[in-house]
Amino acid sequence: MATQAKSIARNTTRILGSRALLLPGLFVCVVLLVISLLWSITLGAADITPEVVYTALFNFDESSFDHLIIQTVRLPRVLAGVVVGAALAVAGAIMQGLTRNPLADSGILGINSGAAFAVVLAVFLLGNPPLSVYALFGFIGAGAAAALVYFLGSVGRGGATPLKLTLAGVILSAFISSFTTAILISDQETLDKIRFWTAGSLAGREMPLLTQTVPYIFVGLAGALLISRQITTISLGDDVAKGLGQNTVWVKGIAAMIVVLLAGGAVALAGPIGFVGLVVPHVVRFIVGVDYRWVIPYSALLGAMLVTIADVGARIIIRPQELPVGVMMAFVGAPFFIWLARWKVKR
Amino acid sequence: MSELNAHALTLAYESACIIEEMSLTIPDGQITALVGPNGCGKSTLLRGISRLLKPKQGSVLLDGLDIWKLPTKQLAKQLGILPQGPVAPEGLTVHELVAQGRYPHQSWLQQWSADDERITREALAITGITAFADRPVDTLSGGQRQRAWIAMTLAQDSDLILLDEPTTFLDLAYQIEVLDLLHTLNVERGKTMVMVLHDLNHACRYADFLIAVRDGQIAAHGTPADIVTEPMVRAVFGIDCRIIPDPVTRTPLVVPVGKANKHRKVQPSTNGQHASETALELTKEISL
Amino acid sequence: MAVEKPLKPTWITLRPRGLPFSYRLDRRVPLVALALLAFTLAVLVVSINFGQYNMSLLDVVETLLGTNADHPDARNFNLVVHTFRLPRILVAFLVGAALAASGALMQGITRNPLADPYLLGVSSGAALVAVALIVWLRDLPISLLPWGAFGGALLTAGAIYLLAWKRGSSTPIRLILIGIAVQSVIAAMTTMMLLFGDINDVQQAYVWLTGSVYGRNWEHVHTLGGWLLVFLPVAFLLARSLNTLNLGDETAKGLGMRVEWQRGLLLVVSVALAAAAVAVAGTIGFVGLVAPHVTRRLVGPSHEGLLPVSALFGGALLVLADLIGRWVIAPSELPIGIITAMIGAPYFLYLLYRHR
Repeated sequence: MATQAKSIARNTTRILGSRALLLPGLFVCVVLLVISLLWSITLGAADITPEVVYTALFNFDESSFDHLIIQTVRLPRVLAGVVVGAALAVAGAIMQGLTRNPLADSGILGINSGAAFAVVLAVFLLGNPPLSVYALFGFIGAGAAAALVYFLGSVGRGGATPLKLTLAGVILSAFISSFTTAILISDQETLDKIRFWTAGSLAGREMPLLTQTVPYIFVGLAGALLISRQITTISLGDDVAKGLGQNTVWVKGIAAMIVVLLAGGAVALAGPIGFVGLVVPHVVRFIVGVDYRWVIPYSALLGAMLVTIADVGARIIIRPQELPVGVMMAFVGAPFFIWLARWKVKR
Repeated sequence: MSELNAHALTLAYESACIIEEMSLTIPDGQITALVGPNGCGKSTLLRGISRLLKPKQGSVLLDGLDIWKLPTKQLAKQLGILPQGPVAPEGLTVHELVAQGRYPHQSWLQQWSADDERITREALAITGITAFADRPVDTLSGGQRQRAWIAMTLAQDSDLILLDEPTTFLDLAYQIEVLDLLHTLNVERGKTMVMVLHDLNHACRYADFLIAVRDGQIAAHGTPADIVTEPMVRAVFGIDCRIIPDPVTRTPLVVPVGKANKHRKVQPSTNGQHASETALELTKEISL
Repeated sequence: MAVEKPLKPTWITLRPRGLPFSYRLDRRVPLVALALLAFTLAVLVVSINFGQYNMSLLDVVETLLGTNADHPDARNFNLVVHTFRLPRILVAFLVGAALAASGALMQGITRNPLADPYLLGVSSGAALVAVALIVWLRDLPISLLPWGAFGGALLTAGAIYLLAWKRGSSTPIRLILIGIAVQSVIAAMTTMMLLFGDINDVQQAYVWLTGSVYGRNWEHVHTLGGWLLVFLPVAFLLARSLNTLNLGDETAKGLGMRVEWQRGLLLVVSVALAAAAVAVAGTIGFVGLVAPHVTRRLVGPSHEGLLPVSALFGGALLVLADLIGRWVIAPSELPIGIITAMIGAPYFLYLLYRHR
């Protein structure tokens, strides 16, 4: 038995083997992210050279059309992508640590289905609301669903165990989605207006919307970093965590709230986007190991990069039209995930 | 009746080579114990001779036939294995579990013959668990559960039974209960047994033949009386010991010498005598 | 020494004299199966009776049995019963049976109580082809839809299985992970079509995706029925192997089972059943997940009884769901897929919490 464990451990040693490499690695990721950001700003329906981008950012000239495009259209959009990617990846990492389920992401708390239902309801009732109303309802729906899932998952013996949370999430999501579908198949207008949003998109996300939603995400990210050590402990198991003196009920509750802030904020900003929360934490754990003090910041950076790159693809592939970034995500992430599953899972 | 031996067996997981070019013969009709320190490869060896692990090189022969060339069901009729820590699905009753042992004797159409019925009942009776045949396996004590699994391999009706650490994680009473049962099966039914045991003293007590493994090599093999010596224990397990005859069975009893004991103050026992003196008296009494 | 009670097994054996055949069932099975059949027949009659055309229950029964040939409205009765209502209810039953059996198989194979018949991408593959036919390749005849969906389902399952195959085995974990990845890509492609297609077609596609038996006719009944007639008995005969597989790969190998081969065979049967169900009625959720759980509580975990009774339960469930779907917002109807989620979800939650 011990020899088996040894050989498996040998195959899952993290890439950044030495602890000393973790901090420099983080800086490298930041640099890479900034580069991909700037590259993303240069691309679009019409390409803009890097020099113009630089001047637009630091020497804004109101009369320049390119500068306007950058400031009002591209910059907010790219920043939105960064924020959404970071939020979803960190939320997914927390959920995987909390539920000890490698297949978990923030969707497990019913967040995406709750947000979708609230938004569809809003469009059905209000006709043609602005994006900010989408955001508001999305956030409310996400929060309500998560609260319900968490409550259902905590009822009964043992409190909020990973299995009960997962089950409650899966079931409630399906339940809520059935109502959403009922509305969509009966009202064609709503269906037409809503379909782009439900695929997850960064199109048309402008500064005002960002300033409304980003604070929540920032609070969530800060909170995630603060409780990262607790997440590491609880990912070892409830019994171990309690044995080490942790108040697991508090930690789970706070972690759930942080996930709602992050994922709720992300879905409010960009609609339901899958995959980031599921895949990025896996990749990160493979690079840095299972210490969440490192997993969380790395997840944020890598998640941001993934969404940024996917969004570039979404804007370029069928230009001048664009694909919703949620669709692109699967094309970018899935092949890599398949390779990872084949390589990493031995038995 | 059934001769199992390995020739130049090399076993490995991925790239890590555990056993290299090992040859051995399992004595027919006897209980053989594989002993050795953690990580020495004894479990790997057991899996290698049971068709659970494909050898990188070498062969395993049962009655002269390569076990990897035999149809799996035919092999299962002659060789049964109980892996380490088996888990029964929730709600499965003892009777149902033991009935599973008849798998190699069944087919698509003949799923439960009269023979299957009879042999399953016998297996339950022999292992003494008929009384709780209808209870779910997960509600039993450790010892009863292990007996149920052994009953399953009994229902399989093979001449050879391999067991991977059948007594690990069991209370002492249950360990003895299980080992006694296995011993009875060997003596009364002539089953050849190979078991991985981590307790050397149990191995000495119950096994007719020992194979001591260290670092993927056979360090010693033979009867307990022949090979269990202080130098052997030091070489294989890495500890100093004294070997005395077991007061109950006269087989070698390994008494380890650790660092803490040497300077320990001897506490007077409640009836005025020192515990060690009592033990000494006892051994003298028995040897008289 | 306690006196040994005579051992009374908890099962019954079917061993017809003179035939080299024997099959073992938990002794609760016959009673539960009979009860489910009776329930299904009752709901069937009520369901046929329900609708805009007024018939009494007696009329329905007589029309079914064919004993009212000289009734003045006999032709109308026959039209309503045999052409409009009966086929779709029968389809609902067959689809429910197929999904439930497929779900029970999948749960046994992956040893995961949360598995459903769509684990190997059956639903997403079928959906991709169906949506493509509805929204994109509109000039192709609509009768191609079930066959296309069926093909899509099989191809996807095959792709996932092959991608998970490495060095002679495809472990459940790898299957699940790769299944997720492949299904995400396929879902993305489907979403693209839903985004850029004409809104009328898209709405129609959504209905298909939810799952519906509206307008299903005798052709569907015959094809699906024939398919089940082949694959359900095969599934029942494989039940014993599934039990053994559930003891763990190593124990099963020790008992002489060719684990990979049996697992592969079981997967093929499960996918075949699910693909046929989805091809005919769209991606109905929850039946495949819930039916095995309920059945397990009724007749125990042994698959010889679990598979047939799950099938019966799934069939009964969908017949009931179809009735509810037609009743709730009459004269309109809610697709059957929505009913299974709306009712299945809370019920499933209740089930799990009652027994935790």
